[in-house]
Amino acid sequence: MKIIVNGEKTTLADNGLRTISGLLDELKVADALYVTVELNGKILKREDFDSSTVADGDCIEFLYFMGGGQE
Amino acid sequence: MLTEDQIERYSRQILLPEVGGKGQEKLLNGRVLIIGAGGLGAPVALYLAAAGVGTIGIADPDAVDTSNLQRQVIHFSSDVGRAKVTSAQEKMGAINPGVKVNIYPEWINAANIAAAISDYDFVIDGTDNFAAKFIINDACVLCEKPYSHAGILRFEGQTITIKPGESACYRCVFPVPPPADAIPTCAQAGVIGVLPGLLGMIQATEAIKFLLGKGDLLTGRLLSYNALTMKFREIPINRNPDCPVCGVKPTIKEIREELGATAYCGLEKPNNVGDT
Repeated sequence: MKIIVNGEKTTLADNGLRTISGLLDELKVADALYVTVELNGKILKREDFDSSTVADGDCIEFLYFMGGGQE
Repeated sequence: MLTEDQIERYSRQILLPEVGGKGQEKLLNGRVLIIGAGGLGAPVALYLAAAGVGTIGIADPDAVDTSNLQRQVIHFSSDVGRAKVTSAQEKMGAINPGVKVNIYPEWINAANIAAAISDYDFVIDGTDNFAAKFIINDACVLCEKPYSHAGILRFEGQTITIKPGESACYRCVFPVPPPADAIPTCAQAGVIGVLPGLLGMIQATEAIKFLLGKGDLLTGRLLSYNALTMKFREIPINRNPDCPVCGVKPTIKEIREELGATAYCGLEKPNNVGDT
């Protein structure tokens, strides 16, 4: 399965069905507990990570918190 | 009417068809509030003052620390120990005595932010903590005040401009703040000094474009920057119908602090806003 992750073409090992939660594990996404996932332009609800699935050609963005510097 | 001195001072931008004398007058009549006089706020303050944005507010309760000087270029070594807002006001006045600088040496919090932003046309989020960033977002959305968000960490930054009611807000992307201490801060993880400079320049550009009413604002797209790879990416961000503050059924109807989001770069300073 070929998808686009944060603008980069990414080939997944097989074409099996996977959920967003599965994909977060598979890609070892950092800070998976707090990451925002945008699937084809739509921000997903966290509670939908287990039910939303990834299909060939999907465009996925992982968006991370960035707080900023300090005094 | 511009004076001869003003025409000379601003001549290089008055030459631009997008600015001209009328645009310069818009800038001089413009009012921008910068929350945080740190890494992001420093370049914003310097350039907005230089550009002749007529009234600039700058809010920060902190004093200058030696570890600030690597990136907070509005503060000098001789300012260590002085209030950041005073240090910033002094430099802005030295660059351009023709702009008025209002200083807010107190914490901007849920109780006072609405009053603070009401005096301004555009707000810059130059803060360093999520409690502040969410309060600024909620206040700006609820008070319909356009603003520029930016966040930085290590070698990476991201920024987006928010026009409440028209474009996605910060909560459309991040509905709730992360738990305190869940995300590393620059104090813990570090930040390369040039990074806030670059992000701050984008924020200042947005403020100027907004005041001029020219160009396309960075709305509906998050600009992400990586200094190590020197890559900019733009991620389209649509308004989120489930957004708790600007969605279809908002649950946030007033500005409030959120428990658990008040970590201030590792220090406990509840209800506070600092700088980047």
